[in-house]
Amino acid sequence: MELFWYIVLMTMLAVYVILDGYDFGAGIIHLFFAKKEKDKKAITNAIGPFWDANEVWLIASGGVLFFAFPTLYASSFSGFYLPLMMILWLLIFRAIGLELRGQVHNKMWESIWDKAFGISSLLLALFFGVALGNVVRGVNLGNVVNGVSTQEAHFFFLPLWNPTFSPQAEQLGIIDWFTLLLGVIGVVALTIHGANWIIFKTNSDINEKLKKVVFNLNIVLVGLVIISIFIWHIIDPEPFKNFIDKPWLIIFPIICFTGLFGLFKVKSFKKHGIGFLFSSLFLFGGLTSTVASIFPKVLPSTNNINPDLTLYNVAADEYGLSVGVYWFAIAAVLVTVYMIIQYKVFKGKMDDVGYGEH
Amino acid sequence: MEDMLFYDRMQFAFTITFHYLFPQLTMGLSLMIVYFKWKFLRTEIEKYNDAAKFWMKIFALNFAMGVVTGIPMEFQFGTNWAKFSELTGGIIGQTLAMEGMFSFFLESSFLGLFLFGEKLLGHKLHFVTGFLVFLGSWASGYLIIATHSWMQYPVGYEIIENGKFVLNNFGALFSNPWLLPSYLHNQAASLVTSSFVVAAIGAFYLLNNKHHEFGKLFVKTGVVFGLISSLLVAFPTGDLVAKNVVKYQPATFAAMEGIFETEEGGSEIVLIGQPNMLEKKLDNKIAVPNILSFLTYQDWEAEIKGLNEFDESVHPTNVPGLYYSYHIMVGLGTIFIGLMLLATVQLFRRKLYKTKWILWALMFMLPFPYIANTTGWYTAELGRQPWLVYNLLRTSAGASPTVSSGNTLFTLLGFIGLYLLLGMLFLMLAGKIINKGPEPETH
Repeated sequence: MELFWYIVLMTMLAVYVILDGYDFGAGIIHLFFAKKEKDKKAITNAIGPFWDANEVWLIASGGVLFFAFPTLYASSFSGFYLPLMMILWLLIFRAIGLELRGQVHNKMWESIWDKAFGISSLLLALFFGVALGNVVRGVNLGNVVNGVSTQEAHFFFLPLWNPTFSPQAEQLGIIDWFTLLLGVIGVVALTIHGANWIIFKTNSDINEKLKKVVFNLNIVLVGLVIISIFIWHIIDPEPFKNFIDKPWLIIFPIICFTGLFGLFKVKSFKKHGIGFLFSSLFLFGGLTSTVASIFPKVLPSTNNINPDLTLYNVAADEYGLSVGVYWFAIAAVLVTVYMIIQYKVFKGKMDDVGYGEH
Repeated sequence: MEDMLFYDRMQFAFTITFHYLFPQLTMGLSLMIVYFKWKFLRTEIEKYNDAAKFWMKIFALNFAMGVVTGIPMEFQFGTNWAKFSELTGGIIGQTLAMEGMFSFFLESSFLGLFLFGEKLLGHKLHFVTGFLVFLGSWASGYLIIATHSWMQYPVGYEIIENGKFVLNNFGALFSNPWLLPSYLHNQAASLVTSSFVVAAIGAFYLLNNKHHEFGKLFVKTGVVFGLISSLLVAFPTGDLVAKNVVKYQPATFAAMEGIFETEEGGSEIVLIGQPNMLEKKLDNKIAVPNILSFLTYQDWEAEIKGLNEFDESVHPTNVPGLYYSYHIMVGLGTIFIGLMLLATVQLFRRKLYKTKWILWALMFMLPFPYIANTTGWYTAELGRQPWLVYNLLRTSAGASPTVSSGNTLFTLLGFIGLYLLLGMLFLMLAGKIINKGPEPETH
């Protein structure tokens, strides 16, 4: 039962990253590449009717985490208190930037909210990458100081950084050079993803330019991914152990690299959705490979006093998890129906949807 | 430790108070928009469709505010109340996860279609999307109040080793006797807010001599919805909620009514008076004998236990706060019924649109349903203190053990600043939409 909910949760998080990922990416493109009003409109039209529904995947994932793995929810949310609060503020800024921009026709007003939207999208992409880095690196569970736990074994707290920025320090911080690397990968990957969405959903003038951007950024992304694989052993001495023990798990890295290398053909795709498909594969494969590498751990311990959090020692009780399957199955069918309806109505190009015009 | 808990409580109280300013309008307003749209489908009179479209703009703005201030609510269970989440997540996680899966997806998927899809969908399907948004928002309220009810009156659980609450009866979460009265009370109160807002904007137009047609329509609709919902808030829903409190949380009931001593031969109802916590009595009180016993038990002489009979350790933490919250809510609720009755009488005599003083009163009444809703929730929440889960888990045992007061105060200040900005932007934009008014299709 724990495993079922683990797969549900990871799937929902992957869907969230793919969906809200293109929102963040579109925000970054909006910040750096959309100069003309017409291009900006095209971008906000392409995400306007979706962003709210996309963010629901985050809330719903949070709900499932809370319900199925309450100890993990309690431990990680209180331990990652500061970055989570900042993510909340950024989500708020991003949403109001997007929603309020079109409410007043004034150059200064528009440029303020454009920047709010773009910069918070960029920082969110960075933070989500850093967050993933923190999970795989692990944390000092129980806040061990000099070999003694100062908290219950599954609680911890991390400041934003420690003075050394090292992922191997005893007292860790949220931001160190390893988690920052994953943050940068997050930014580059989501920028590509967002560009692909814009190419897919608009007839904007910048689409040709964006294809070049995708191609060039993909070279950077390949480089960053290779670096990260080479230094991964610093945070996990046996990063490939799970893949050797359970060879079928290799499917996830294969999906990841299919997406990554497929993106190099961006200029020759006939259908506009293919690029988006490949960047989705990369995000899905990258995320699943990362969590598969630490499976069944969900939050490793960096000290040898308190045990890792695994999906088995953080889960709710059996009855609750079983009864949840019934309502979840019904809800999953309904959500699928909603999504089909939503994407059918807003299928094709979105240039004329008139988002944010009042 | 003490101030850690204080900032955790302040932050939750502040963010939830601000957040609930928006859903209380959108839940009620979604029903009224569906009404306008339905009226248009039946009569084909354009004015109803224009009215629906105008209120959709207000709705969209409020909905966006509700969403962005709602995400922090779900996060804060884990960030600030980690111990509570760890111990009870197996139970309240059920209803909170269901809220995400059943109502947020429904609302958000169809809100986009509702706001941007009128031309694509045609009027009938557009009505359906509006109805689904309404359904989603009311389902959300239901699941939140199911969670709330479990905290007020825990059911279907057992407590295992290390104090964890484990669910053993899923159905009990929904047959909880606390749930239905609270839900109906809350939804009726939400409809009070939206009715008063609609009537106030209508009165504003009439008094300003602009958008005359819409002014009349809004005043009329607001008054009719307002009278029905104000009555429903008091009876039967408010009455049933109060009966739950007296039955399951008798100390809370005594504190909110301001009854310190058990009275022989029936309790009085307190209208005015300040709780004097030093001497455990009310100062300069004005009260009507026996009414409270009658309202509670339909028996003039029924005994109601005074607060002084309960051990101090189970007294609500903030008795004066609880007492004032409750009395402000009840006082305002009574005024709402009175004003809406008068307005309805004038409406039937076909004089309402010319009765200036009622229009002025309707307009200035706009903030008060928000105050009544907020103090109503304060009554429920302060009434539960010092418990997170009534009688089982104290608030002091629920906060995050590792988050220091310095960090909580930092984020509390951040929220205050950010929400101040949000509030100003909201007022500015809402003012702009209202000032511009509904725009008839043929212009």
